[in-house]
Amino acid sequence: MRAALPILTVIAVIGVLWYAAVPPMNIRVSLDLAERMGESVTPEGVAERRALSIAQLLISNPDRIGETFRLERPRLPTPGQVLTELWATTGAMALEGRGFSKRSLIYHGWITLRSTLAGFALGLALGLAGAVAITYARVAEKSLMPWAIISQTIPIVALAPMIVVLSSQIGVEGRGLPKAIISAYLCYFPILVGMVKGLNAPTDQQLDLLKTWSASGLQSFWKLRLPASMPYLFASLKVGIAAALVGTIVGELPTGAISGLGARILIGDQFGTPLAIWAALLAAAILAGALVTGLDAMQRTVLRRRGEGA
Amino acid sequence: MSWLAVILIVWPLAWVLNIVLVRSAFGGSRAVALAVPLIFGATLLLLWEGLVRHFNVMPVILPAPSAVWSTFLAMRETLWGDFVQTVVKGALSGYAIGCLAAFVAAILIDRSSFLTRGLLPIGNFVAALPIVGIAPILVSWFGFDWHSKAAVVVVMVFFPMLVNCVQGLRETEPMQRDLMRTYAASYWQGMAKLRLPAALPFIFNGLKISTTLALIGAVVAEYFGSPTRGMGFRISTGVGSLSIDLVWAEIMVAALAGTCLYGVVAWIEARLCFWHPSHRK
Repeated sequence: MRAALPILTVIAVIGVLWYAAVPPMNIRVSLDLAERMGESVTPEGVAERRALSIAQLLISNPDRIGETFRLERPRLPTPGQVLTELWATTGAMALEGRGFSKRSLIYHGWITLRSTLAGFALGLALGLAGAVAITYARVAEKSLMPWAIISQTIPIVALAPMIVVLSSQIGVEGRGLPKAIISAYLCYFPILVGMVKGLNAPTDQQLDLLKTWSASGLQSFWKLRLPASMPYLFASLKVGIAAALVGTIVGELPTGAISGLGARILIGDQFGTPLAIWAALLAAAILAGALVTGLDAMQRTVLRRRGEGA
Repeated sequence: MSWLAVILIVWPLAWVLNIVLVRSAFGGSRAVALAVPLIFGATLLLLWEGLVRHFNVMPVILPAPSAVWSTFLAMRETLWGDFVQTVVKGALSGYAIGCLAAFVAAILIDRSSFLTRGLLPIGNFVAALPIVGIAPILVSWFGFDWHSKAAVVVVMVFFPMLVNCVQGLRETEPMQRDLMRTYAASYWQGMAKLRLPAALPFIFNGLKISTTLALIGAVVAEYFGSPTRGMGFRISTGVGSLSIDLVWAEIMVAALAGTCLYGVVAWIEARLCFWHPSHRK
């Protein structure tokens, strides 16, 4: 409980600040809308209102403040509105038995999750292979490592549309593969770096001990290096899965995808439905939280079995 | 001689050369540390060039590196304009504001251990979220010009930077802080002479992570609306109009910008954190 109280306090403060920010953010939109509906607002006319500050508008239209929390297309929705929208596009639809219809965020979340996991698996394989190569061959370390670092300083989003174009020209159907490549690109690096550290974690003494037992290279890999790298592996997996999710969403944003959480954000932007954007963002946040928490639970189990405690 | 033959001969030769270089007596020298990745990169470029030429890949699918380079030279002015719009105005201003704000916030938060315990887990969580998605919202709030790009960058770099700064400020040991107290050091003296220097490796870690995030944020934000210049704008319209060589030239600029930015931060770090084990010779 000692840990929960500060976190809950901070979350509560953020919530209060958020609600407090809603009227100033939305008052202009709300007044414009009310005037178009034929209601009287002070002052009248968009141009007159533009000359006034937001504080003046709020003071001269106190009865309009309530309206700012209920707009259909707000500049800043309230947390409650976002949660309602999220429920309407997930839980409520699932209850009606349309959980996997194309309007439901469960469907889009599933598409995003699938590419994220595919990219994560690809990145994991790449990162592990690279780490093993670097651990056993000095030439690999010298020639690969600088490029691995440089690859991470390149903004992948610039490459994202090209990856989509290339894979469609080569004849790959659908957007699953390009998205997976983009997320693999983002997530292999933390895994590579973590595993290089992990595979080199055994001390010289431990390696020598295995040598006195005349263990082969393969045996010392499976019985010493790999188990010793587990804590490092899980730490970098958690960073990697978050990066993989970012990669998938970035892969969905600029490339005209039609399904996936990133595509929902894009479509919400094009059709001017901010609530849809915020709901998709929240869904992405929940997905990220679930993935990281899942890996965390796996880490605890594995480490406890190895007798290292939580 | 066909291009395929060139590849098949040069590739293994470069491979063997690298192995020889690393195993030679100069294996640990700086020159080898620089030459080996360069040879590796040059081989990859040659592989790309050769495969494109050998299989006659159409330039609208994948242009050869030489074609990209000539486009880069021909379009220098456009590329420079895009670079200024996206990197200098959007990414760098947002990077500076975001990192500075996170640094100041970290120092303020650090004074209360209650706030630290509350904000650190939340900051860690938010740093793992796909914040890029907020780009369309910020573009609609701040308009199409570079201000909205800078805003996206600020939001993206803030949390990783905050978490690193807060963690860095907790890096000193009670013993060291007690020593400062016995010297009758004030809060700010202790900060400037003990805790900030101890936090530098963490701060630079945050700064380095943020360089890449800044460029990603600035480019993605341009996909949601921008004036008719900027790297993200050029890339998305270039893909549409099949001027793929221009897109690759733009990618080259982005890669160079990202690498240089990272390099500058890493260079400053090596100068300021010379005492840290990871930088000792």
